[in-house]
Amino acid sequence: MSVLLIAEHNNKEVKPFTFNAISAASQINEDVHVLVIGSNSEEVAKSISQVPNVKKVINVNNPIYENYIAENYTSVIIKLSGNYSHIICSANTFGKNLMPRVAALLDVSQISDITKVISEDTFQRPIYAGNAFATVKSNDKIKCVTIRPTSFDPAPTSGGSAEIQNGDAAEATEITKFIKKEEIKSDRPELGTARVVVSGGRGMQSGENFKLITAVADKLNAAIGASRAAVDAGYITNDHQVGQTGKVVVPDLYIAVGISGAIQHLAGMKESKVIVAINKDGEAPIFSVADYGLEADLFDALPKFLEELNKLNTIQK
Amino acid sequence: MKILVAVKRVIDYNVQIRVKEDNSGVVTDNVKMSTNPPDDNAIEEAVKIKEAGKAKEVVAVSVGEEKAQETVRKALAVGADRGILVKVNGVIEPLAVSKILKKIVEKEKPDLVFMGKQAIDDDCNQTGQMLAALLNWPQATFASKIEVKEKTLEVTREVDEGLETIEVNVPAIVTCDLRLNEPRYASLPNIMKAKKKPIEQISAGDLGVDVKSRIEQIKVEEPPKRKAGIKVASVEELVQKLKNEAKVI
Repeated sequence: MSVLLIAEHNNKEVKPFTFNAISAASQINEDVHVLVIGSNSEEVAKSISQVPNVKKVINVNNPIYENYIAENYTSVIIKLSGNYSHIICSANTFGKNLMPRVAALLDVSQISDITKVISEDTFQRPIYAGNAFATVKSNDKIKCVTIRPTSFDPAPTSGGSAEIQNGDAAEATEITKFIKKEEIKSDRPELGTARVVVSGGRGMQSGENFKLITAVADKLNAAIGASRAAVDAGYITNDHQVGQTGKVVVPDLYIAVGISGAIQHLAGMKESKVIVAINKDGEAPIFSVADYGLEADLFDALPKFLEELNKLNTIQK
Repeated sequence: MKILVAVKRVIDYNVQIRVKEDNSGVVTDNVKMSTNPPDDNAIEEAVKIKEAGKAKEVVAVSVGEEKAQETVRKALAVGADRGILVKVNGVIEPLAVSKILKKIVEKEKPDLVFMGKQAIDDDCNQTGQMLAALLNWPQATFASKIEVKEKTLEVTREVDEGLETIEVNVPAIVTCDLRLNEPRYASLPNIMKAKKKPIEQISAGDLGVDVKSRIEQIKVEEPPKRKAGIKVASVEELVQKLKNEAKVI
């Protein structure tokens, strides 16, 4: 049997985590089919067909899919589900919203947010905000699995030439209507995939002070993160939140500034390769996960840090 | 309008989780338990809608062990009118919970069902969406703003790219984000009053729902430990270490 992977896209471009999900899918079974549900989404189907791990692309194209509505996606997936042993997508807000609706209609107990494929029915996943890891085996006939994108490398995006097949649309839902999406545009790398992340917490004391973080992030070509405390205090918008209920990031370098390190925040960043903590409270829990801790007032340390970085002049872009 | 709110009893979010030595799970004995945090937001929102005169009754329901009664009681103390406890022993998967909740919905006939978007114990993020599927109701997940209209809800959702607004027909399921509101604390008089509010107890068996686990938990392990880091004395030292030792800048 084959794996059906649900692509995330905006009808023009494939969202990057789809490629991470494709590589997880091909660890489960080599026969990976990718389902693109969209409107005028031919370009999306075409770019996915070039992923060498993909054996087939099913393109379901209809104006009713111009905006992603889980109810609409679900009907299409259910119609195709009989041909598959696994249905997979990323465990980001796209997949978290979608997969349980599919799983319930198939009467399947979903496995959420896996970080490792052990065999085609056994997976590892974090529980309790990553404070424990469970190894679980699914006994359902079809396995509905969401994957933690940052735990799998993205699949290569060129070299393949999978067949693109057109699929049928399902009935459009009338119970849910899309109204609008307010996307926050930025020239920075995306938080979920950035090589460097600089995050601020409650210690920043104001939104205005985040300009200190911005300056360092500019220099390092980094994404900007934040703790929930900083978001709740209104210093920065929610799409920057790193943690159990925000985004999970695994950059090469994570710099936590004025973040105490609540369990919920650590859940979102403690797998980062190198962690730096700058905090004036030497007892802050963030230091327990930091490779390099600097006990200092961030308002002194950040400008100095930028100055030292400027001296280096070797920042990789 | 009537609102049903599902609440779950979980290990308190401040407790340091310990894995059992035999790797069969995490230690729950003598550990502080609380309401799953976003479920508090779900109750708060329902109570606020009632206070605004847009709902007549708020019913809190929990699926779990006998002690989950405390969780229902807490919901009553912050403004829910009455409670339901569906008793189940041991681990219960979101699919089974959603099947139980479906039975409760059929019995209670609420217009809206609210719950937290995710439980902080199993981190599944499934029950609301599953219940919506089983009822063929619309789902508004990860809600950070809810506006009650004539026969619809306008819900702002927290998504990866920012915010999304959708309109769902009533009846509907809403799963709540922590940013939806600031849950109130129960006052002492309200805690006392809550003791007199009724909690109906039902056993899952009586509802005719199969709650058997579909997923086998093979083992639970500690996360890999990070090797201990060092403290640096100055910004200069930090930058040197990042450049020459960690080689990340």
